[in-house]
Amino acid sequence: MTLPLPDPMLPMRFRVVERFDEQPGVASLALVPVEDAMPLFRPGQFNMLYAFGIGEAAISISGDPHEHGWMVHTIREVGAVSRALARIHPGGMLGLRGPFGAHWPLRRQSGRHLLFVAGGLGLAPLRPAILQALREKTRYASLTLVCGARAPEQMLYRDEVDGWARQPGMDVLRIVDHANAGWTGRVGVVTTLLGAALGPHDPESVSAFVCGPEIMMRFTARDLAIAGVPGGRIWLSLERNMKCAIGRCGRCQWGPDFLCRDGPVLPYDRVARRLAIKEL
Amino acid sequence: MAFQAHAIIDSPAPLVAALKDAGWKVIAPVERDGALVLAAIQSAEELPRGRVDRASPGEVRIEDGRPGRWFDHTLPASGWKRWLHPPRHLLWRANRGRDGFELKTPPPETEDLAFLGIRPCDLAAIARLDAVLGPDGSADTEYMRRRRHMLSVVVQCARAADTCFCTGPGTGPRAEHGFDLALTELEIGLLVEVGSERGAGILERLPSREARETDIEEAHAISRKTAGMQRRRLPPSAAAAIAQAPDHPEWDQLAARCLACGNCTLVCPTCFCTDVEDTTDLSGDHAERWQVWDSCFATGFSFVHEGPVRTSVRSRYRQWLTHKLATWYDQYGTSGCIGCGRCIAWCPVGIDLTAAAEAIARPASPSPAPTGG
Repeated sequence: MTLPLPDPMLPMRFRVVERFDEQPGVASLALVPVEDAMPLFRPGQFNMLYAFGIGEAAISISGDPHEHGWMVHTIREVGAVSRALARIHPGGMLGLRGPFGAHWPLRRQSGRHLLFVAGGLGLAPLRPAILQALREKTRYASLTLVCGARAPEQMLYRDEVDGWARQPGMDVLRIVDHANAGWTGRVGVVTTLLGAALGPHDPESVSAFVCGPEIMMRFTARDLAIAGVPGGRIWLSLERNMKCAIGRCGRCQWGPDFLCRDGPVLPYDRVARRLAIKEL
Repeated sequence: MAFQAHAIIDSPAPLVAALKDAGWKVIAPVERDGALVLAAIQSAEELPRGRVDRASPGEVRIEDGRPGRWFDHTLPASGWKRWLHPPRHLLWRANRGRDGFELKTPPPETEDLAFLGIRPCDLAAIARLDAVLGPDGSADTEYMRRRRHMLSVVVQCARAADTCFCTGPGTGPRAEHGFDLALTELEIGLLVEVGSERGAGILERLPSREARETDIEEAHAISRKTAGMQRRRLPPSAAAAIAQAPDHPEWDQLAARCLACGNCTLVCPTCFCTDVEDTTDLSGDHAERWQVWDSCFATGFSFVHEGPVRTSVRSRYRQWLTHKLATWYDQYGTSGCIGCGRCIAWCPVGIDLTAAAEAIARPASPSPAPTGG
């Protein structure tokens, strides 16, 4: 007897159990499945979230991979679907397909210096990896987070990042494009902090995980590679239009890769040339 | 194999009747609105007998050919993909309830489809689609469900259109396997080759006579003659060259001609890209999600939150040609092009894919040195 095969295009029903306003236009939702088992995920993977009658969008998983009670997504309102999703309140329902895609290969970096570089909302897909690294920090030589935002009030997970900064064995460097009256930290782009972030570490022994706007990732990866971090030890999380998330709608193609399946996390040595091609 | 491999039948009429009797809906090329299209037929009378297509870049005309010949035409305008990977397909329905919503998949519509008159290149196109839309090990798909309900009666080509170039990719003009039955139109009738037990079962129901060695030799001679009629060729170096040439100046020349209309992706038998559409009724309580064909020539195709990634026609034409001829190898180990030439014939400005590939594969000539002044 063969079991009926699942339909990969049919969402599972999830319920919002908690909702946090992260900043204007950005909310985090904690989700639990209505009838299915809680899917396991690995840091860097994403789900397709469906808002009833509006549509579906690819959203990174931003919660703790060891928290099995709920699944967290951080959503910025940029279009009709993300706006509808971000405004679902506790008790509300949404559809979820996933998890999909390649993850940050954290576990293969034992003994190495881990460097996380986040730009803006790019911290959301990195958060599960940072939480996992903090949980198992004896496995790694050191942990460093470089965190950039347009303005201080757009620093994502601000209180939590403050908490990480106080943890022994984790360095946090922060920078904003535009300061406000209360900001006493650095002003500029994240690449200006990379020298300080690499510090005295042998760049050969650094593994970097980078997520943010494509141009920020391009220059961050380039500068890290110039500083001596091996191209195969720098990972980026790319973004393209996605409709099916299972490599069949063709829309997320970026050169030979389907970003939904072969990405979104890809090593720099594989994509360096492509990052320089306009409108790929 | 247990089945008789070859036989001669006088006409496709008993074949159409036998397929229908066995419960198959017969899909075949018919002439409609000045073009060959695919449609369900009730009898062989509906086939475009004695008619041929004349195709050239940007033009297709249907005219009289040798009277009485059943299959001297070449390709219908659209490929067979619409029957396996429909232009619009309802994925599921959702109904709002007191406590959220419920999702339901529509019951599958199971139709047994016999593809009569499918050409070797189009059969190869289905094999290409199998690699894209087939099972990934954990899930079934609408495509695979339709695929399991399909029977193929290939017609081996006795003529090549001006736009045909299947000999390069090796997808025709003769199919050696992968079909249930294959027909070659000889002077004395139709030579039937059997490719499956199911095909053998259909042949058993037909009035037929034994094929002689000379009939089989004649069929092969027809295929050789058809191959010899082809003048276009895809340069074998195209795949590697195109992948390495995203900045080739020829892309600008192509973009200057291309209308970004998407006709090529519509008629290409391997183009598979889709969009989804979400709809609700006026009450807002009943939602549907449809999968619909899409084209990489549409600006919305590459939309991310700030806008489309591929705004220029140059980048969209480059995506199409690069995927078809180069990155398809990385993804599926084959070319995405099967040499049918539809994109050449149905391009409103007559862009020739083989010429485009050749131009990109040629090293860019160095730009002229600036003259002193």
